[in-house]
Order: sequence, then structure tokens, then C-alpha cells
Amino acid sequence: MTAAAAAAVTGLGAVTPLGADVSALWDGLLTGRSGTRLLDDDAFAESPVRLAATCDIEGRLDRVEARTLDRVQQLALLASREAWAHAGTPDVDPERIAVVIGSGIGGAMTILGQHEVLQRSGARRISPYLVPMLMPNGPAATVGLELRARAGVHATVSACASGAEALALALDLLRAGRADVVIAGGAESCVHPLPIAGFAQMRALSTRHDEPDAASRPYDKGRDGFVLGEGAALMVLEREADALARGAPIHARLAGAGITSDAHHITAPDPSGRGAARSITLALRDAGVDAIDVGSVNAHATSTPLGDIAEGVALGIALGGHRPPVTATKSCTGHLLGAAGAVEAVVSVLQVREGLVPAIRNLDDPDDAVDLDLVRVAARQHPHQVALSTSFGFGGHDVSLVVTA
Amino acid sequence: MPLTYKENLVSASYPDLVTGITEIVREICGSHTASLVTSEATFEGALQIDSLTMVEIVVACEERFGVHIPDEALEQLKTIDDAVQYIAAAGVAA
Repeated sequence: MTAAAAAAVTGLGAVTPLGADVSALWDGLLTGRSGTRLLDDDAFAESPVRLAATCDIEGRLDRVEARTLDRVQQLALLASREAWAHAGTPDVDPERIAVVIGSGIGGAMTILGQHEVLQRSGARRISPYLVPMLMPNGPAATVGLELRARAGVHATVSACASGAEALALALDLLRAGRADVVIAGGAESCVHPLPIAGFAQMRALSTRHDEPDAASRPYDKGRDGFVLGEGAALMVLEREADALARGAPIHARLAGAGITSDAHHITAPDPSGRGAARSITLALRDAGVDAIDVGSVNAHATSTPLGDIAEGVALGIALGGHRPPVTATKSCTGHLLGAAGAVEAVVSVLQVREGLVPAIRNLDDPDDAVDLDLVRVAARQHPHQVALSTSFGFGGHDVSLVVTA
Repeated sequence: MPLTYKENLVSASYPDLVTGITEIVREICGSHTASLVTSEATFEGALQIDSLTMVEIVVACEERFGVHIPDEALEQLKTIDDAVQYIAAAGVAA
């Protein structure tokens, strides 16, 4: 198989419910911590679901950033600072730096909060930053300004596949020579009673209020929906020769991506798993690896009854009889929607770099309907070269990424 | 128009208004920008305040000093002194 060029991963950044940075994320996954908490604020008193996985960023931004950026932009900015520093602060012509950051919803907290201001105090009290704070390209634009990136700033919007699609687009930009360094990933923040009510009406959310830590339980027979999360994750990507030339650390490679669409239903996964399976097959082909080479899978696995089964079917089709160990990051982080695919790609980099596959938290009683090698109880020592990360989104988006050592 | 806000403009002195505007600048732009405030400092130049932030400052001034600053007036408010003079005049007129 002939592979297209891989991109070197030279920097990682993440703000997640498991902590302020990538090391807190990885440590949380290896020790099986849960980022889910009970929403006990008054705003959620009447909410049908009072569970979410939130981030603590108090005090990490200055006064102006805190006031003029939506929370989703703040999360992206913090993740970008970590990723850029981790990549050694690349000294690159700004006209060769691009940004691709996806978000499922954009500045939801701003549009909802400012609507309250409008009703209470009138139009004169609306922030002049309302529009730049709510626009879905806001996180990408914010990071672009921070890094003075002038090779294009892009925002992918494909629901819960947005972060993964951003990384796929970043790979394309590098292969096409449209940029020399791309910072890419996803960000999301919409822990507010309205989005929660919407997801709750779809019966998509867990209602395990008596046991928040046990609410997100992908592949477990007792799963009853996902836990809404917030956060951001970004990677710095470069062509390998450029990374080597500037002496940058190469943590792993983003070797391939596959994007398909189900054209089945606006929200339900195609139970045949065909679209999802094809995205995996295309990603493997793009990376020049065979199914048998896949050493671990970081599954989308949201903890919804239907989604986890459909994904199991898709993995079965795409990987044939091969059963690599499978982990499910959302069991600890909750579901970060448009940031999820990027968080899981970051974790996939660590899986191949460290030769470890984190365990799936709360997997007490694996669902017999899923025939996968699910990692349980403790992280598995497993040196390997190839990790597959899958992401699916409302609208029928299927995005698979292949990370290699 | 009765003054229903925090300050009685008729009695507010020039230094009081500069202090008040400086506090608003500190609240909105942070202490570094506030430290650059002088009577002659221009919003756009010396203080590096962009048009969006200027809207926030104007709304905060309206709230604090109980005056109305129409968009047409904004054009004339280049410096801290311009703003103080405008607010003082608007307050006295009220």
C-alpha cells in the first residue's frame, strides 16, 4: 500500500475535566478518575439532568481575556498555549502557520447569557463582543490571533466529530503544502440548562444522579446515555522533515484520516455500521497500514445504548477478525462533543508513545452485543505502533484517524 | 433628566471624572492600560483601545455618570480630556 505523508505531532495541549493539561488528562485516564460531577447550582435546580464533566480554569486568564472571549474560546486558548510551548514555540514565518479548530456549537454560553441580558436590561447592555464570542469560528480565530497565524484559520463543524475532522483537515493542509505548521483540534463548552434540556429530550444523557462517577459507562450493560463535558485539545503538526530540521520532539505521527457520512438519519447511528467502517478503512489505507497492524483503538464510545453497539459493529467490519485492545476515554472525561475527537487523538498519541492503553472506567458488566477486546480494571501495558481513533457526530459524520509511533 | 446614578455630576470635579473614567478603564482593560491614563491620552493611540472596547467604556460611563453619549458624539471623544469635558457638559446640561 502506498501511504500519503504522515504529519509529525510535535506538541500537545488539553484542558479537560480531568485537569489543566495533558499530563493531568493522561494521569486521570491511567488511574481511572471520573471528571463527572453533580450540577448543584441553582440554575440546574429544575433540570431533568444535573450531571456534567466541567473544567476548572479559574484564574488562568487575564481580565480582558475572561471578558471578551466565550468560555469555548478561553478553553481553546489555554490548550493552544500548552501545545505551542510543548512544541518548543516554533519560530516559523506567520504566513506559514495555520489553525484548524472545530466546535460542535461555538459560543453557546455567550448567546444564552446575552439573551438573558437582553431580556433583563435591553439592547444597550449587550456586549459589543457578542458576535465574535458566539461565532463557531471563534476558538480558531482566537488561537490564530494569539499565534499571529496567517496561513488560514479554519473551523470544522461536524458535531461530535468536529475535533477529529479538524485534525484530518490539518493533515490535508500540510500534505498540500498550504502551511508548514498547523495547530489543530477541537473545543466545546455548553454546560447550560438549555443544551442539557435538548440532549435530555433526545434521551441521550445519563440520569444516574445518585452515582455521578459511574454515569459514563461505555460498553457496560448498565449504560444509559452520555455525560455532557467541556474542554479543548489541540496538537501542533508539521511535516516530518521540517520537525526534524528544527530539532523538534516528535511524539508520534498523524498518519492517516478517513471521512465518510452515513446519509441514514440526522442523529441515529446507522446500525449496519457501514459508513463508520468505511471511514476506518479509508483512514488505514491513507496511513498505509493494514487492519492487522492496528495495536489499539480509542473508540468514540459515548455510553449511549445504540451508539456503542453500532460502533462495535463498524469496528468488526473494518478490522475483520483482528481484535486490538479498545479503550473509551469518555468513561473518564464525559463527552466533550466537538472537542472529543481531539482529546481522543491526543490520548491516542500517548497510547503509542507510552505503550499503554488506559482502562475503560465503570465497565463492570460488558455488553455481550459488543465483540471487542475491551480494556478493563487497569491500564494495559501494550507496546504498539498504530492507534486508531474513531469519532462520529449527529448529522451522520464519521471520522477516523490513524496515529503511528 | 434627573440623575439617578451613582454620581452627582453638577458637583463632580474634573479630577473626580478622570478618576472615575480611569476606574472604568481599569475594570474593562486591566491595570496596565489604566496606568497609561492621562488627560491627553488618546483612547485609540496611547491606550490601544479598539472600537468594540470603546463601546463598553461608553456604556459604563453612561451607567456611572448618568449621562447619555450618543453614537454621533463618539467620534469627537479622542482623548480622556474629550470624554471628561463631554460628560461634564452633558451632566451640567441635565
